Amino acid sequence: MAARGPPGARGMGNRFAQFKLVLLGESAVGKSSIVLRFVKDQFDSYRESTIGAAFLTQTISLDETTTVKFEIWDTAGQERYKSLAPMYYRNANCAVVVYDITQASSLDKAKAWVKELQRQANENIIIALAGNKLDLVTDEPDKRAITAEEAESYANEAGLLFFETSAKTAENVAELFTAIAKRLPLDQSPRLGGRGERVTLAPESANTEAGGPCAC
Amino acid sequence: MEMDTDTDSAPPTMQPPPPPLPPRPPRRSPSVSLGLASPGDALGSLLQLQVAPATTAVSSIDISTLSFPDGSRGTFSRAASRTTTRAASTTASGYATPTHDTLGALGALPARANLADGSDSMSLMSFAPTLRPPGDLASLVAGELNRKSPAWMLLRSQSATVQPFETSVERGPSTTSALAGFESEFDDIPDRSAVTADEDRLALWKAKLKHYMILSSAGKPIYSRHGDLGLVNSYMGIVQTIISFYEGAQNPLLGFTAGNARFVIATEGPLYLVAISRLGESDAQLRSQLDALYMQILSTLTLPTLQNIFVHRPSTDLRKPLEGTESLLSSLADSFTRGSPSALLGALECLRLRKSQRHSINNAFLKLRGDRLLYGLIVAGGKLVSVIRPRKHSLHPSDLQLIFNMLFTSGGIRAGGGENWIPLCLPAFNNRGYLYMYVSFFGDEGFPGSPGSARNKPAAPREGAEQPHPPSSPLSSQRGQPEQAEEDEIAIILISTDKESFFELKEMRDSVAHQLAKNGSLAIIKEAVRSGRPSVAAIAPGAQISHFLYKSRANVQFCMASLDQPAFGSGSTISSKTVTRRRLMSLYHELHASMHAKHSHLKVLHCVGDAAASLAWITPVFEFYCVAGPNISRALVTQGANKIIQWARREEERLFIIGGGVF
Repeated sequence: MAARGPPGARGMGNRFAQFKLVLLGESAVGKSSIVLRFVKDQFDSYRESTIGAAFLTQTISLDETTTVKFEIWDTAGQERYKSLAPMYYRNANCAVVVYDITQASSLDKAKAWVKELQRQANENIIIALAGNKLDLVTDEPDKRAITAEEAESYANEAGLLFFETSAKTAENVAELFTAIAKRLPLDQSPRLGGRGERVTLAPESANTEAGGPCAC
Repeated sequence: MEMDTDTDSAPPTMQPPPPPLPPRPPRRSPSVSLGLASPGDALGSLLQLQVAPATTAVSSIDISTLSFPDGSRGTFSRAASRTTTRAASTTASGYATPTHDTLGALGALPARANLADGSDSMSLMSFAPTLRPPGDLASLVAGELNRKSPAWMLLRSQSATVQPFETSVERGPSTTSALAGFESEFDDIPDRSAVTADEDRLALWKAKLKHYMILSSAGKPIYSRHGDLGLVNSYMGIVQTIISFYEGAQNPLLGFTAGNARFVIATEGPLYLVAISRLGESDAQLRSQLDALYMQILSTLTLPTLQNIFVHRPSTDLRKPLEGTESLLSSLADSFTRGSPSALLGALECLRLRKSQRHSINNAFLKLRGDRLLYGLIVAGGKLVSVIRPRKHSLHPSDLQLIFNMLFTSGGIRAGGGENWIPLCLPAFNNRGYLYMYVSFFGDEGFPGSPGSARNKPAAPREGAEQPHPPSSPLSSQRGQPEQAEEDEIAIILISTDKESFFELKEMRDSVAHQLAKNGSLAIIKEAVRSGRPSVAAIAPGAQISHFLYKSRANVQFCMASLDQPAFGSGSTISSKTVTRRRLMSLYHELHASMHAKHSHLKVLHCVGDAAASLAWITPVFEFYCVAGPNISRALVTQGANKIIQWARREEERLFIIGGGVF
């Protein structure tokens, strides 16, 4: 990955970085809801399944001078899309693997995704584990199928960031993405500010030649 | 002619149908039987109903020469003059159309009076020009059929304003029993719980007028529009048993009638698809609906995958591979149940634009085309605006129907608010492989002026994350809201065979969007969407027609009049609007079924019921269907129809996409 000098797109002393993020996890755990909360600050309880994958972007400020832009691939969780997943995580800088804290099996699926990412994705990929639907257990603790301790100890073991989130109440959603942004190697990220940003899905071309064909 | 749909002409459809009954002399003078809604008459006609329910007077005109609005003339082979009541024609054609009247005859007797009461097709007046020699359309129209006594003319002059379906609405629910309960047709059946007993849920399930079921030939349930599979499992078992019994006898079961419900079965490889309808659609219509559902399944899986699944394990539960597409099947099914002109005619609707405007959109689109693009579409409010395609390939309407359903009818993609990359199979294009579809909706929030800004749509600020850009306009938050809905959304759809081409197509989208915004096309599209479909009054001032469908056969596209008028429930509650529109669509379905019944060779069909008068007209160039108030004379209907058809021919290049942009 090319590290470029101090970015100038946002003025002197400001840092702007752009990262590719992919969401993975079993179907119906709330991947799209987390993204919708993060990107549009909305929630929709009757959301239909994602078909294929959705591409969204969101920009956050870490501090006065640092701006991070996420290019988010929100993938569909159904089994039949599994073979397409490598296309989305291939060049990802970070991944959020989501499970549903009320569904025991969804953590197993999440663990399988983590394994696959650690084996196949970018070596330096930052992975966060998110246990979603926290709102469901606040009123009815009986609904919880996976304890925070269990998931957290797994996350520590595997070297993942860990949050329990609720897309419905927005709890920990922004925190999740901020924590990821802080973990990312800001100075070494591909800097592709302005309007020339161009990250292709192709294996080699992306990120390695920042400012390639449409140099900023 | 008064013609009962006699029970003796009936029993089930698998037997060879008896020949149509000969015409009978009129029992009453037309002036009495037309039954203006005076109380005495209404009573009389109700009595009459008990005796002779549900006939629709159908006068068919077989014509040898037809003058087209453009002045040309077409000559058609002419069958001998004959009279067809629908009941007779449909059973005689071997097609066994379960329209309301035949249903009454086919079904059990006790159900009959109830069903017949006020069904749309009911007619109190029946006459047909059987005894007249077949003549020119004009002479028929101007003939003495319409000559009435002065008193009658006086009465009529006051009744011409009766809107279609007005009478059936006024008479209250008892006369609309064919659609009784249609308001709650789309309500969910509650989940199993302590509150709702299974019997109640079953009763709700049985009350639905339309069902679709899909099961594997091994009997595994795959999909049911209503009721969870636990509830309907045993019925699926019964259906499977019946179908496989006939399969075993090498004599596949295509359909049957039980009571007032028509069952139509389609066997597609390892799948059984079943439609159960009490809405009076014909077998052919139901079959094309099942075909669309099957196409949706193929679109998810592709044919080879589907076959492989069942070759290796015939008992596979297909629900898992199809997971997440139930909503697509249901929105497709519901569009059929609501009545979709597009599905009925097998045609698409385009956004009406000036030829030069469409041309400039096509050109911008073509010029910015990426190398890996297969098809490019711009769609607004569910109507096609522009298509670009390779010379060798055209897009099939059934494939477009699947795409439109995915984008506009089912809310999944629109609600996401991002750009989408969707692997899908377009079965009519190639049922063996996937294409990749890029979809992006143009939001309301100011069109992206530059490619970069298109994607920078930050949400409202969140704590812990300062907003680097000014917050987006308040409009952007409306985008995900359902009430904003399909009506005014503009989408761009770019299809490629290359699954890695997302960013290339995204770039193309940004430049097309930029170009369209710059040359004003986007504003033109928005304006055209906002102004909606034209009203009949705007098309043909003075015409007494309430609504029409016009299909250009060569272009496989259709146009229709605005539904936004009091006769079709504009301004009333949503549920009564749904019912009125279904009533209109049922009438169109009946017309369509009569025109397309095997061996019918009809060119023009004029029907008068007590709720509405209607006319269907088919030539090699177009199919035309229209509806008018029940008291509008045939002369007036014909006159109005001619005006509208002239308009459609004149506006052809605005109403339809002819060819599209080809590369």
